[in-house]
Amino acid sequence: MSTEQAVLDGLEIDNPVMPYLRKDRIPHIWCPGCGIGTTVNCFARALGESGLDLDKVAVVSGIGCTGRVAGYMNLDSFHTTHGRPIPFATGLKLANPELKVVVYSGDGDLFAIGGNHFFHAARRNMDLMVVCINNHTYGMTGGQLAPTTPMGATQTTMPYGNFEQPFNLPFIADACGAVYVARWTVYHVKQITRAMKEGLSKRGFAFIEIISPCPTLYSRRNRLGDGVDMVKYYKEKSVIKNGANTKEVDLSFQGEITVGKFVDRERTTWLDGMNDHFSKVFGSKFKKYGVHHVED
Amino acid sequence: MSDDAPSKKAKGTVFVRKEICKGCSYCIDFCPPHCLAFSDDYNAKGYHYPVLSPAEDCTGCDLCGLYCPDFAIFGVKYEDIEKLRQDAATPVRVSA
Ligand SMILES: Cc1ncc(C[n+]2csc(CCOP(=O)(O)OP(=O)(O)O)c2C)c(N)n1
Ligand code: SF4
Ligand code: SF4
Ligand code: SF4
Ligand SMILES: [Mg+2]
Repeated sequence: MSTEQAVLDGLEIDNPVMPYLRKDRIPHIWCPGCGIGTTVNCFARALGESGLDLDKVAVVSGIGCTGRVAGYMNLDSFHTTHGRPIPFATGLKLANPELKVVVYSGDGDLFAIGGNHFFHAARRNMDLMVVCINNHTYGMTGGQLAPTTPMGATQTTMPYGNFEQPFNLPFIADACGAVYVARWTVYHVKQITRAMKEGLSKRGFAFIEIISPCPTLYSRRNRLGDGVDMVKYYKEKSVIKNGANTKEVDLSFQGEITVGKFVDRERTTWLDGMNDHFSKVFGSKFKKYGVHHVED
Repeated sequence: MSDDAPSKKAKGTVFVRKEICKGCSYCIDFCPPHCLAFSDDYNAKGYHYPVLSPAEDCTGCDLCGLYCPDFAIFGVKYEDIEKLRQDAATPVRVSA
């Protein structure tokens, strides 16, 4: 046992985020310098600061390196099939309206195979917090082109550089009707924590994009160095523009990164809309569903 | 705690679980007073882990703890150690 460990045991203190994690699964599988762990660190702190009853918070992930998050949280969690965390989470939320349901997944999972689900959950203003770890690639499967790979970046399936226009994720979320839209990078640990805390208390579809390094399959392949070099790039090239027009926040290869809280508005959630509608149609014959939450 | 015993001046210190550190350098590069450096020693996986240098500059701000992707380091202010100990004794989930 190391001296450090002995000191920790003697004081009976541990890393303050450990109670939010499944300790027996640490160390995790993510590569050295992968940013996903940093975002989980922020998520654990946001959960602590939110004051939520953790028995009423569930996390759902799809498949991918980011998809492993569900398996590391000390929460009720589900690791679904590729691209399907949003429909799974929608079902979970509607069957248990008292739950706060968080979707935590990768850019490929949420916007390539799962894109359609994202659009409709945002359109319906489903009460979910969706965290997308955008590492510009399919990390888990070997660095293939993602719909978020910047033009000019090399990937295993674009060996001469990408010529496809990538998605601008905050613009999609905004256009589809999300009530909360923010983008931060792994450099912005305090802002990520705050955004997650806001997202957890927001009613309706909240979307947080986090730009994160994949040293193994994105930055090294593009000769951009390791994880820490990418975080230094984020530090240097990020510009905070809260309330920015999401049309103007596209990303380019190693270019400026607009970060901030872009959207924070109110709109009727799907469940509230359903209850209001059927109350009007059927009057007192209709018993509102999940109202203990609705009237919170 | 680091190898150098912190002098009276230090407001805080760090705890490092060197066996799970992956040597990514996030904590070292983003420590505001630049008081972390790689150890000469390495862990069982072959990674150099962070040590305080100079220890008296540590403020216990825990930014290293917030950046660490591997949950291998955290900082504490000496004045907060007792509170942390109490928090650690309180489970965050009743049912778990
Ligand atoms: C139906 C289906 N198609 C394809 C795959 C292969 N696959 C696994 S993860 C993944 C992409 C992961 O990319 P992303 O969601 O960005 O996660 P990351 O690993 O980058 O965190 C793909 C294509 C699969 N598991 N299931
Ligand atoms: S392959 Fe990339 S995204 Fe996956 S764990 Fe490694 S660095 Fe992280
Ligand atoms: S607690 Fe703060 S000052 Fe001390 S090593 Fe960590 S980041 Fe640096
Ligand atoms: S941030 Fe964590 S994993 Fe990276 S060098 Fe520091 S202690 Fe090790
Ligand atoms: Mg990805």
